[in-house]
Amino acid sequence: MGRKKPSRRDVKDWLWGYGMVAPLVAGLIIFYFYPFVQSIYMSFTKTGAFNRSTWNGITNYVELIGDETFWQSLKNTLVYVIMTVPVGILLSIVMAGLLNSKIKGTSFYRTVYFLPSVTMAAAISLVWRWIYNGDYGLLNVILGFLGIKGASWLTNPNTVMIAIGIVGIWCSCGYNTIILLAGLQGISSNYYEAAAIDGAGPWYVFWKITFPLLSPTIFFVMVTSLINGLKTFDMVYMMVPTSSPVYKEAQTVVMYFYRNAFEYGDKGYASSIAVVMFALIMLITVFQMKFQKKWVIYD
Amino acid sequence: MRKRDLKKALIHLILIAGIGVTILPFFWMITTAFKTQGESVQMPPIWLPSAWRFDAFREVLAKPNFLTVYGNTIITTVVTVLGQVGLCAMAGYGFARIRFPGRDLLFVLILGVLMIPSQIFLMPQYLIIQNLGLLNTIPALFLPNLFSAFGTFLLRQSFLSLPKELEEAAMLDGCSRFQIFYKIMLPLTKSSMVALSIMVMKFAWNDLMWPLIVNTSAKKMTLAPTLASMISEYGSNYPVQMAGAVLSILPIVILFIIFQKQFIEGVASTGVKG
Repeated sequence: MGRKKPSRRDVKDWLWGYGMVAPLVAGLIIFYFYPFVQSIYMSFTKTGAFNRSTWNGITNYVELIGDETFWQSLKNTLVYVIMTVPVGILLSIVMAGLLNSKIKGTSFYRTVYFLPSVTMAAAISLVWRWIYNGDYGLLNVILGFLGIKGASWLTNPNTVMIAIGIVGIWCSCGYNTIILLAGLQGISSNYYEAAAIDGAGPWYVFWKITFPLLSPTIFFVMVTSLINGLKTFDMVYMMVPTSSPVYKEAQTVVMYFYRNAFEYGDKGYASSIAVVMFALIMLITVFQMKFQKKWVIYD
Repeated sequence: MRKRDLKKALIHLILIAGIGVTILPFFWMITTAFKTQGESVQMPPIWLPSAWRFDAFREVLAKPNFLTVYGNTIITTVVTVLGQVGLCAMAGYGFARIRFPGRDLLFVLILGVLMIPSQIFLMPQYLIIQNLGLLNTIPALFLPNLFSAFGTFLLRQSFLSLPKELEEAAMLDGCSRFQIFYKIMLPLTKSSMVALSIMVMKFAWNDLMWPLIVNTSAKKMTLAPTLASMISEYGSNYPVQMAGAVLSILPIVILFIIFQKQFIEGVASTGVKG
């Protein structure tokens, strides 16, 4: 195939093309691409006095491996994810299933369930902190009516992550329900009619029709919930202040990164945490992509 | 028929319980905001305040900088939405519809950025803002968020779905590329742009970490970090904290109630496409 010399009109069109993508591409290179490379570079440096950094090889990573606070923060984050993702998704599937039945008022339910996901996490955390208050909190009052003596939820090392996890589920459940409901509504009614003619029971219909056809949507919700869970910051930051006795039991990886970078001023060390997080998220994403072939069915 | 009615009633019962759980924290936030501090810690608690007092709201509004912070949040959100959606629409159109050398390579770069979790960008972004001398300014709040790989990807998809014939006809009529983009293509991708605008707005209004990183002056803050600082400032004065929370969520909640269809459909479609 011989290369044609570009005509004047082609060149003019190219210039339009470059012109239209240039502002965005320039911004992405400056504020995203370059920072990505710089973060990786900085993870191999030590931040000294006056913000001057010197190369120190893999020392940050070696230090990280021996850093108990880091491991604790990783454990806290994973506990949060393992607690919220399966329960949250299961709950969302049930709610989406109920909303998909032929009943009145579904759009009203939808709107209300969606509300927590549009509201500011900081404001939501503020009210849940108040609800969880050990002395005057609404939760303990309600439990008191039932004859249960509540704990001081956010300052007890055994309950703090559960308490935050519940808020996490409360926040995201409606959002995931909406996505799953759209997935359910996308399943053609032909399948169900055919199953009804064959006299299939509800359990059989769920496992043989609904679940496989909904699996791409479930997969999408799972990946996004997992990644969001790993990045948890706002709610924990708001509900567990630095002065809290359970600070160590609740600090997430992103919080530990934030503290190192912007409070302790150790930019090199913080970068190594960011790089490890990046690697972890990539690993999980790749793993899920591989694993999905076993259960996700795309038509 | 009786059995089916029973089933429906049961479904409604569960869904209403769900509404209760969803609404209760909002209810508690609002009613606490109208109570006196004494009423808020009264045992057993009272569901409604004895009188609807605006004292807590007045105290928040009289707090130095609160109105400034409110204004900062509005400016940041408006600039981020207009800037990001505008730049993403232009680039999305360029990538979808104009052929130019190096296009695919540049687009791969964008896909790469899309896949990387945002935390890794934060510190170098902070250093850039610092080098520009923009720490503790309003532009610091929105600058990096004007550029989005996700937004570009989303809008490129919607430009790709439009028929080519439209453009060819306009081209024959002597329209320039920008006229085609601005007058013909842009209005046809309105629903995607609205969906993106809503996502960006929610993010810009609610974001906590980035403002916390770049700005330390209370005058240059947005609402989310200001709420965080109110915890230590107002200790056990829950009515004032709740009044702050109510005022912070109010604009987005009102917009949500007006545009609920667009809010919900935008989200519903991301899952189906994704």
